[in-house]
Amino acid sequence: METRKNSFSSAWQWWFGDPIRAFGVVSLLLLVSLAIAPSKNYFSEWRHYQNQYLQMIRGRGEAVTLQRHFQGGIQQIWLPELGVVDRCTTCHVGQKEASLADVTTQPFRRHPVIPHRLDQYGCVMCHRGQGPATTVEEAHRSTLAWEQPILPAKYIESSCGQCHRGDLKGTPQLNLGRHMLARYGCVHCHTVKLPNGTVMQPTDDPPSLEHIADKTTREWIYVWLKDPQAYAVTATMPNFKLSDADASDISAFLIAESTVLSGDTAPLPTAKTPPDPTAGASLYGESFCASCHAVQNAAGNIVGGDVGPELTRVGNKVKPQWLQVWLRNPRIYDAGTAMPHYRFDDRQVSVLTGFLENETDSDLLANVHLEPATPGQIADGKKLVTEYGCAACHEINGIKKPENFAPELTHVGSKPINQLIFLPGMARTLPDYIAAKIRNPRSFGAALKMPQFAFTPGQVDALTTALLSLTDRAQTLPVALTVPAPPPSNYRPAGKAGQLMADLACFSCHAINGRGGDMAPDLTWEGSSVQRQWLEDFLKNPNTLRPALIRRMPRFNLADSEIKQLSDYIMMVYQTPAFDRDSMPLGGYPPTLVDQGKQLFYSKYGCQSCHIVDSKADKGYVGPTLAHVGSRLNAAWIYNWLKNPQALHPGTIEPNRGMSDEDTRALTAFLMMQKGTGKQVKK
Amino acid sequence: MKKSLLTLLAITAAMATSGCARKSAGTELKATAFGSALVESSGGKQVGAVGATLAQPLVVQVNDDQGSAVPGALVEFTGPAGISFDPARAISDSSGQVTTNVALGGMAGRYELTATMFTKGQKRVDLKLVETALGYQQQLGQQLNEKYCARCHDPESTPERVSNYDNLEVKPHPFDEGDTLNKISDADLTAIISHGGPALNKSALMPPYGLTLNKAEIQAVISYIRLVCFPPYQASGTAYSGK
Repeated sequence: METRKNSFSSAWQWWFGDPIRAFGVVSLLLLVSLAIAPSKNYFSEWRHYQNQYLQMIRGRGEAVTLQRHFQGGIQQIWLPELGVVDRCTTCHVGQKEASLADVTTQPFRRHPVIPHRLDQYGCVMCHRGQGPATTVEEAHRSTLAWEQPILPAKYIESSCGQCHRGDLKGTPQLNLGRHMLARYGCVHCHTVKLPNGTVMQPTDDPPSLEHIADKTTREWIYVWLKDPQAYAVTATMPNFKLSDADASDISAFLIAESTVLSGDTAPLPTAKTPPDPTAGASLYGESFCASCHAVQNAAGNIVGGDVGPELTRVGNKVKPQWLQVWLRNPRIYDAGTAMPHYRFDDRQVSVLTGFLENETDSDLLANVHLEPATPGQIADGKKLVTEYGCAACHEINGIKKPENFAPELTHVGSKPINQLIFLPGMARTLPDYIAAKIRNPRSFGAALKMPQFAFTPGQVDALTTALLSLTDRAQTLPVALTVPAPPPSNYRPAGKAGQLMADLACFSCHAINGRGGDMAPDLTWEGSSVQRQWLEDFLKNPNTLRPALIRRMPRFNLADSEIKQLSDYIMMVYQTPAFDRDSMPLGGYPPTLVDQGKQLFYSKYGCQSCHIVDSKADKGYVGPTLAHVGSRLNAAWIYNWLKNPQALHPGTIEPNRGMSDEDTRALTAFLMMQKGTGKQVKK
Repeated sequence: MKKSLLTLLAITAAMATSGCARKSAGTELKATAFGSALVESSGGKQVGAVGATLAQPLVVQVNDDQGSAVPGALVEFTGPAGISFDPARAISDSSGQVTTNVALGGMAGRYELTATMFTKGQKRVDLKLVETALGYQQQLGQQLNEKYCARCHDPESTPERVSNYDNLEVKPHPFDEGDTLNKISDADLTAIISHGGPALNKSALMPPYGLTLNKAEIQAVISYIRLVCFPPYQASGTAYSGK
């Protein structure tokens, strides 16, 4: 100890004992410490990458150009109004070099083609990460609570959603996720405030349970609550993982609270002879029920549309008398249903009821034996219904719709990770947390109320993408930089015809003035397009216009007066201001012009690749058949359509051919002469 | 000084080995049988968005010399950086099949995957597979293809979309026909799409889309075609002067 102390003091003496030497030593130390800063700079990571880049481009053909574009030192994109300070391009040097498309080593890969300029938006707007950072670790993988790591590529579309509030062509995953938020009931429980101040609205229509005892049995409710997907694979109701006792109590409560529906619910007179079993299947087919309802076939495939519920086991669910009332007029039970009011007669109702009641699965309810409900069970059921928030989606007697039942998701895309509780072994990032929560909510705690949804991995990714787009930045962006969604259309046709159209649920399949489904053609300009006689015949007995389409317009068995009312309204109101539909004659075109049109149709324009005029010779399956287009469409419509199809139906796939007036006139004449054989309307 | 360095080295080494040991103990899979051939059952040549999990799982089958299925063989999947498998190693099931879900990497392009297995004599058997990741532009092209092109250019029919291919007198080229399409330059493809078949003395059954699609959309369609072609398209023009 003593010797060490001695040696220390002697060393001190040696270095600093003499003032001149001490001065020399201190100056040296100062010089060394001054050299640290430049050398740190010299050995910094980004300089290493820039040197690597320079080495890489040296061997390339376009080296001189690349060399000229290269700027050394720290690069920065600074966009004050967006709050962007990005130094990413310091290392990602070749972002804008088109000729580097073949380079696959990062950070030198060229940025893939996108519709935006990098220097207008910077990098972190889309990719997240820390823009001002100049080391790889800090920029990409920060785990600090207030910072965001780089967004994985599969969620990148979420960033588009910060500015683009509506559907975007290039972001299918984001669009799907947003539609799912509204379609799968997420926004019934979770509030999502949109930057324009509105609240995201659900687009699903969960049934009211006020009269559920009319419709189904307690046993079915029990089975459904236990596992909705066991009843229908396509069911959107999530699984609440209820215990047997809880499911039994809830079913007891729902049946006990159910009231009898008032209105025209008288049963049908019992048929003298049981209906022919094959008649049901053909009526189901003729009425095109499959356009909206799916059935699982023997091979396990779901066949049919998804507008209405799947009917594979509907016989296990609905009571025959309820089904009769429903088929006679669905609006008695549910005024806002998407189901049209078919004008079935009593025979048809009983045939269809018989057919659907046979769609059963004998195993479904086989092992369910519920004891009669006790008051205690009913009270417990009420408690459970309140706890699980059933009334957030369904109308239930005696329970009020809960407000703010689940956490608000308006800012979920910017949630700091120190506010999240991760499961052990889970990657500690926001996207992983959100995806895990959607995939299996109860894995975060058995007491959580969020139910289990039956989503595919693709759907989970889509929902996660949509949720990640709900960022702080999305809420605070300057309005000038955002692209708002087109305002939702609340178009309602007026008057008696409007009531009729609501009754027939036209908007479930057709869109008019921006409102309605996309299964069937847009009818906004239908009055300009079609001839009145054809429209009346079509409403009386619809037949498909496109050879390759499965889904078709159902026959509603409309009365003549109703057909007249509808035709009057459509012909009068749904006209385009672009042209006068009667400005060209429906017939009487000179044969030379017709011949010229035929030539153009088959040779110059090759229309037969998509359309059929001569049903024996032509085979085109893409567009509607034109064999009787002359008795279907107006000449002025055909003329204007050929001139610019997208002007009349935005998004139609018929290409704009840039036809001359002369060619268009000749083709119109040819098409108007295609009057068909008169047999197109099957009686 | 030297001593401390040594200790440090020893600690690092110990940590590294213990880490390895734990890892292999957790995921240890032992082959109980050995096949001699690997064949693809399904899931190859799929197309998906960058980073996304492919819609169909990748299924390969382990066969023996006679071509019958071998259950219990160990198969390992590997691929370029960015791609991930769930699971990356698996034992073939009772029908000799191994199923894995493939998540594509973050960059657009073709990903060459390898399924690897060892025979009884420790001989390595590799099966090469290809999956394609679409970037923004190619995804847009894929959508446009679905809407405008596939009805005629894709000979496969589905219940939702009946193919028009068989109805056409002059057959269009399916977009994976690399032998033909790779020889057509970008400029010529643009001309055919914009001005129709006759622009290059081809069939008038191919209509012009120049007034229907904008320039960026036509480029997107071309970039999609270039990515899904087999054999792969090699862009010309990137010259290397270096030796």
